[in-house]
Amino acid sequence: MAQAYSAGLTVTDSIVLKKDRILPLKGTVKVKKGDKVKAEDLVAETLLPGKVVPFNLANKLGVPPNFVKEYIKIKAGDELKKGQVIAESKGFFGLFKTSIKSPIDGEVENISNITGQLLLREPRIPVQIKAFIDGLVVEVIENEGVIIENKSAYVQGIFGIGGETTGKLKVLAESPDEIIEAKKIDDSCKDKIIVSGSMVTYDVIKKAQNVGVGGIITGGIDDRDLKKLLGYNIGVAITGHEDIGITIVVTEGFGKIKMANKTFELLKKFDGHKTSIHGKTQIRAGVMRPEIIIPIKFKEEELKVPKEHMPTLEIGTTIRVIRQPNFGVIGKVTGLPEKLTKVESETLVRILEAKLENGQKVTIPRANVEVIEE
Amino acid sequence: MGNTQSLKRIIATDCGSTTTKSILIEYIDGEYRQTVRGEAPTTVEKPLNDVTKGVINAVVELEELARLKYNDSSISFIKDGNIFISDNDDGVNAYVSTSSAGGGLQMMVTGVVAKMTGESAERAALGAGAIVMDLIASNDKRPNHEKIERIRQLRPDMILMAGGVDGGTTKHVAEMAELVGAADPKPRLGSSYKLPIIYAGNNKARDIVKEALEEKTDLIITDNLRPTLEVENLGPARDKIHDLFMEHVMAQAPGYNKLMTWTVGPINGKLENIPIMPTPAAVGNIMQAIAKHNNIEVLGVDIGGATTDIFSVFTKKFIFNRTVSANLGMSYSISNVLASAGLENILRWVPFDIDESELRNMIKNKMIRPTTIPQELEELVLEQAIAKEALRYAFIQHKEFAVGLKGGQKKREIADAFAQSLSGETIVNMMSLDLLVGSGGVMSHAPRRNQSVMLLLDGFLPEGITRLAVDSIFMMPHLGVLTEISEKAATEVFDKDCMVYLGTCVAPVGRIKPDKVSLSAKIELPNGEVFEEDIKFGEIRLIPLGVGEKAKAILKPGRGLDLGNGKNQELETELHGGVVGIVLDTRGRRPFIIPVEASERVPLLKKWMRELKAYPDKILK
Repeated sequence: MAQAYSAGLTVTDSIVLKKDRILPLKGTVKVKKGDKVKAEDLVAETLLPGKVVPFNLANKLGVPPNFVKEYIKIKAGDELKKGQVIAESKGFFGLFKTSIKSPIDGEVENISNITGQLLLREPRIPVQIKAFIDGLVVEVIENEGVIIENKSAYVQGIFGIGGETTGKLKVLAESPDEIIEAKKIDDSCKDKIIVSGSMVTYDVIKKAQNVGVGGIITGGIDDRDLKKLLGYNIGVAITGHEDIGITIVVTEGFGKIKMANKTFELLKKFDGHKTSIHGKTQIRAGVMRPEIIIPIKFKEEELKVPKEHMPTLEIGTTIRVIRQPNFGVIGKVTGLPEKLTKVESETLVRILEAKLENGQKVTIPRANVEVIEE
Repeated sequence: MGNTQSLKRIIATDCGSTTTKSILIEYIDGEYRQTVRGEAPTTVEKPLNDVTKGVINAVVELEELARLKYNDSSISFIKDGNIFISDNDDGVNAYVSTSSAGGGLQMMVTGVVAKMTGESAERAALGAGAIVMDLIASNDKRPNHEKIERIRQLRPDMILMAGGVDGGTTKHVAEMAELVGAADPKPRLGSSYKLPIIYAGNNKARDIVKEALEEKTDLIITDNLRPTLEVENLGPARDKIHDLFMEHVMAQAPGYNKLMTWTVGPINGKLENIPIMPTPAAVGNIMQAIAKHNNIEVLGVDIGGATTDIFSVFTKKFIFNRTVSANLGMSYSISNVLASAGLENILRWVPFDIDESELRNMIKNKMIRPTTIPQELEELVLEQAIAKEALRYAFIQHKEFAVGLKGGQKKREIADAFAQSLSGETIVNMMSLDLLVGSGGVMSHAPRRNQSVMLLLDGFLPEGITRLAVDSIFMMPHLGVLTEISEKAATEVFDKDCMVYLGTCVAPVGRIKPDKVSLSAKIELPNGEVFEEDIKFGEIRLIPLGVGEKAKAILKPGRGLDLGNGKNQELETELHGGVVGIVLDTRGRRPFIIPVEASERVPLLKKWMRELKAYPDKILK
């Protein structure tokens, strides 16, 4: 059996995509089935419960907790205005009264006679969900959100930082192995999603932030630059929430690694097109990779989402080497021997034989390649 | 308890996050042996969404292998798509399973004083096999609004609330119940059911807790896990955690309702349901069974891709402790090892020069592509250097956690006067430890077993005389849940098929000058050869001694050093062999120091690695 399942990342100029746009809590859906939406359109919104503010009333009044009920002027469920008197001590013969005022606008959640503590809740926080991609609403999940479909050119990244953003694609690198310089970034890059080659340096990212670039797509990034940028070391790969005003999608990995030709050519082909990207990466329990989505024109009847499948390794499959030696190099599988083979580190593994782009013939542990899906 | 008449063939599975591993245990010639094993991808997530599919695939592999082994095509473990349990000799008589799929059991615990009731609650949750996402205590210095935010964000599978001794003050427990109530926490696996909360605190506060939480949550009340400061009573809380794990967490996971009906075995002659156990709880079970069975102290480690679990059984009372270092692992959280240990600490185990940037990028690339394997020798050495630091860190956390109870007044009796530990002191004693067991990919799949020995030595620094072993295919979970129906089957298989004994380490404790003799050893090997040497400080010697073999040894520590009998005291003992042999390690303990300067360190590392035969010579020249 000359085939095996393997990890893979998709790079394609045409795919039918399906995106769930779901609220964190139940709320209102703003669009209906069949609506055509733009990436920036609001599709659903809700109000999240406000922050709880504990307030030790017994302490403020200077009385034991079980006495609180004698002084309190509010009850659970009441609405509150900041500065409103919520409790008052009786004082001596009506003098020296202490008035306690609400520290917030909001409502009263709970009053405890055991601890003398009030729990106040701040006003609700609105949460809005945008479409993120241009497309068609194919399903409405009542009170929860929608499913949007479209046809897109599509690239999965390997790692990213920063949330969802949309902008026009601007390819700055001349070739997939170029490391662009900061001076290439000027005001024309504002709100754009720019494409670098094999690496993006700290200086380039800084300049992009200053100019107001929406996102960067790059082959590689140096871990030291990333640490400098974020101010901390990324310990586990759960990203996408970084608040740095820019989204970065890395297509190959850490270090200087030439962007795969296919990816670079695809991005060049769609230079100037509206593109949606996000940096959300999660490598455990429900794998999530960053995405580059470039919507293309489609007819409704074309929207048939292909079945999910595991990429397979076969003779002729295009692969990317994902560990040293030859890290980042692309090749084609030429053989899939069954028997376990001892590699340099003396580990016994299943290997494959491949011919790399540069003509070199190599054997590689099967675990160290990724299928590039056509 | 099942007996050998009714228990001839047992299937056990462990449904992990990525792989479901199955083993077949059979009663052959008067003893239980593990005969064949299989595995298949776990199918709890999309697209299959049914854990039983992966279980069936793994069991089908067992069936096929058993047919081949016995050349009998009639062997059948599956009937109508289910695992078929029968009480006759031809079929399978019991099926048991553990599970850590879907991230395992994730809990939050609360207490009043973090170091007292909080710690006891944490111990109960960890012992039950949970990952503790956070411990929230009245005195943990976070302001209340932060605690509420934290509780709300966490979305655990369940919460264990402790606090107060029985009959003590209720105010702080009431306050914590109010905070939890205000946060209105939601369970991780969907909002269609209420979050289970176990209250195991001050019995006087039960009504107060009920009032605050009964409506909003699924509240279960059980005995106080710290009824007095001097007593810890974790059993009832642990049992409740297991019940809830089955009823709530497992029942929410796809396919588990079906799987729960499959796990049955004979108890007192009748077929009964055997609950699915969280994987780490099962490992705890087998470790305790082994410690009691052989009357030894045991320390075990499972170093995985995301987490490192350490289990220990110490003292004459067989006190069990488990810790999970949730962010120390060899793939998903490898980057966190670098963040926790720092670059210098990793590099101190590397016998060659490497550029910092290169190492950082290599670690990050392993994080984002966790399934890759080191093909180059240098990358293997680097991964093992990182593993040593992950082990060392996880072990520090374990030692800090495995302590005597804090806060109590200890009754001191004459017999205890000299041996008793102080309140809150670690009970982990490397000198009295008998068996150190490693498992997990980096340990079990190391290309040379000598590398597993090196990882255990450098990661844990065993003292005195310690046997070393690895669990070759991580069978401990299966055997742990098997103890529920047959301790005999579990301990027999543990000894014969689960453990790969590596050998024995001899390490004098203390530090002396490098030119002084650290250990005078005379070892009579079974083939008649005698190893005799006065070994200087800072050396390693490897003496081959096979599995099942024993050697008589007279060991005298150098001046000021201790081998377990006290300073300068000679020891006459028997050393057990293994696939690697006897290791005499005179590199010093307490402190164990590696020179910082590369010019001094690298030759030393190379010498030790050569002596241990850890790597091919070409990298150690």
